[in-house]
Amino acid sequence: MKLLNLKITVVIVCLAFAANAQPKSNGGKTSLGTPDISNYFEPSSGDDVKPADDGFIKRWLLLEPISKPNRTNAVFTDSYLREVFGKEYFPNQLSVLPKNGDKVKVLAEMQPPADMRAGRPTMPTPEQKPIFKNQTLQWHAFDSKLYNVKLYRFATGLNKQHYGVIFWAVTVINCDADIENVRLSAGSNSASMWWLNGEEVLLMSGDRRMVADDCASPLTTLKKGKNILRVAVINGPGMSDFCARFVDIDGKPINNFSISNK
Amino acid sequence: MKNSIIAIFAALLAANTQNAVAQIGRPFIHDPSTIMLCDGKYYTFGTGGGGLISEDGWTWNGGAVRPGGGAAPDAIKIGDRYLIAYSTTGGGLGGGHAGKVVTMWNKTLDPNSPDFKFTEPIEVAESLFDEDCDAIDAGLLLDPTDGRLWLSYGTYFGFIRLVELDPKTGKRVEGNESVNIAIDCEATDLMYHNGWYYLLGTHGTCCDGSNSTYNIVVGRSRKVTGPYLDNMGRDMLQGGGKMLIAARHRTMGAGHFGRYIEEEGVEKMSFHFEADLDQGGFSTLAIRPLMWKNDWPVAGDLLQDGVYEIESERRGYALELAVDFVRMQQRMRWFRANDTTPITSVASQTLDDVKAVWPEGKTSVRAGDYMTRPHQKWSIEAVAGKGGFLGGAYCKIVIEGTNRALTASANREVAADEYTGADAQLWRIEQLTDGTYRLMPKSVPDTDEKLVLISTGDSTVGLGKFDMESDNSKWNLRNW
Repeated sequence: MKLLNLKITVVIVCLAFAANAQPKSNGGKTSLGTPDISNYFEPSSGDDVKPADDGFIKRWLLLEPISKPNRTNAVFTDSYLREVFGKEYFPNQLSVLPKNGDKVKVLAEMQPPADMRAGRPTMPTPEQKPIFKNQTLQWHAFDSKLYNVKLYRFATGLNKQHYGVIFWAVTVINCDADIENVRLSAGSNSASMWWLNGEEVLLMSGDRRMVADDCASPLTTLKKGKNILRVAVINGPGMSDFCARFVDIDGKPINNFSISNK
Repeated sequence: MKNSIIAIFAALLAANTQNAVAQIGRPFIHDPSTIMLCDGKYYTFGTGGGGLISEDGWTWNGGAVRPGGGAAPDAIKIGDRYLIAYSTTGGGLGGGHAGKVVTMWNKTLDPNSPDFKFTEPIEVAESLFDEDCDAIDAGLLLDPTDGRLWLSYGTYFGFIRLVELDPKTGKRVEGNESVNIAIDCEATDLMYHNGWYYLLGTHGTCCDGSNSTYNIVVGRSRKVTGPYLDNMGRDMLQGGGKMLIAARHRTMGAGHFGRYIEEEGVEKMSFHFEADLDQGGFSTLAIRPLMWKNDWPVAGDLLQDGVYEIESERRGYALELAVDFVRMQQRMRWFRANDTTPITSVASQTLDDVKAVWPEGKTSVRAGDYMTRPHQKWSIEAVAGKGGFLGGAYCKIVIEGTNRALTASANREVAADEYTGADAQLWRIEQLTDGTYRLMPKSVPDTDEKLVLISTGDSTVGLGKFDMESDNSKWNLRNW
């Protein structure tokens, strides 16, 4: 079982650890059990890649997480997500195709600092207002080693905030010719919004676990040339990840395209 | 005056019945372990220690004793002992995901027994603070094909894992490595059926009362180690899972599955609803029929009070009073192409239309073509204060609008007689694994045998031993 109030404690404690107690690496994982990022990602390199045989897209540009504290994922209603994802965090966030290493400045809502006076973290009181701070965040060009993109491990691997965050990810789908009647088929933990060539194609609301093929977009066309696929994932407590592929009109995965991050 | 008496009698009858919506007593629990029967009583343990006891499976109250606190236990009987597994941690309790699953034995679950003594807990699985697993939420399976003992554990934080235990000691098998079998489930459990292994997991949001989206999903595999695929062929390692049960009626947040096999063809599933609006919104123990369709588990429902056709699975005939068939005045009406007369509704036959020709007193019952007639319409109502069984209260079964109750009689006979509340008129109605029902009287005169309503012929009925392999033992309840 997971307990909502306990999850709050988890958030705070993990933030405290992230800030105060960097664990030492020990053979691919830290003394706290945190696996090394190399278990999940490797830097993108070389030519464009094909999707996996089962169609999953593994090459992504990932932005370090934007702080957006949430004590529970139950708040991720449709209207909340439209408000949060509709906010501009960095310039041209729905059109930019960043390069590996690019940095953006974000005015982010920060978690109130954990109160450690009792020797263990205690919850912030409702009166503690959020603090806004400028964050400088970097884009990373990564290939996932798994079918899914483990955002939580992306964050912990870079020693970044991993609870109460928004992740942005971008990839480029290159097609030799128009591919008609396809759907984006995706899953995310927790809520997410997806854009293809600047058009919103999916909104996944609620306290959601990542399930492959959880939601599919309306039928669309992958046009000849570059297609920009973009996703924002928001998560309070718990792990965060997503997976995505394109499927044909019969629901079968397609992989007759290549993937790049430029 | 007579009408007034009838009205008062009807009101008294109504007050003495209930809708079968939940267990009764104080059946409040979170993460109930698989129900165990021990020395005639039922037990289930929950998160935080302790648990519930029931003498009949219907009325549950606190009193079970499980030391150690922690979260989400499971239980299994191996030989003449009970093995309890639970997590000493709580899925984030203490500020991380360092988890630990332990097992312990007891000869009895009765805390008043002199034999009641748990062995020292033995650690069988663990997780570190931030690895891709949280070792909580134990689920146990004794493989009926080879006697090996398996433990699943994990939660929303990463992988669900499987390890092998020694069924003699409850310890982890030496050298056994865990296997990842799913992601992001909670409260997993395992079961075996017809050549398949099943992994049950809870998805959704826990611990949010009436807003909890908890639901139980399932995948299956030919091997206990997986892969566990759902009905779409999707691996539970990719989040797959076929829905078994979510919110129903005025209950929501179904979680923490457990299976109970009464006998061949009669299975129950236990779990909790995180909020039962008819029980103060508490997290409440739930017990439902467990059915199977195409080798997938299907959650049945509590039988709702109502008026039913009781249809034999043998022939499809309807249980009825053995009375004269009274013809309706509506005769065959032919039609012509140029007929423009208005189309009107024709009244159904009512009890008042026929009861004058029915004999008084005890009346035989039989089965016949269902014609939607009053002598074939049975009102089924749960009766308060008469006890129950796992998943239901005893019901009375009377012809709608009358006091003519289906009654078990001597010599394996069954009849309709004036309802008095006698045990022979109280019926345990259970949905079977194939979706049909068996109807079992609480007692049968002159015998201690456990008998059920059976078809003795296509058109004749009686009492006999339950046989899941025979359609004579099975009935369908149709509420059209």
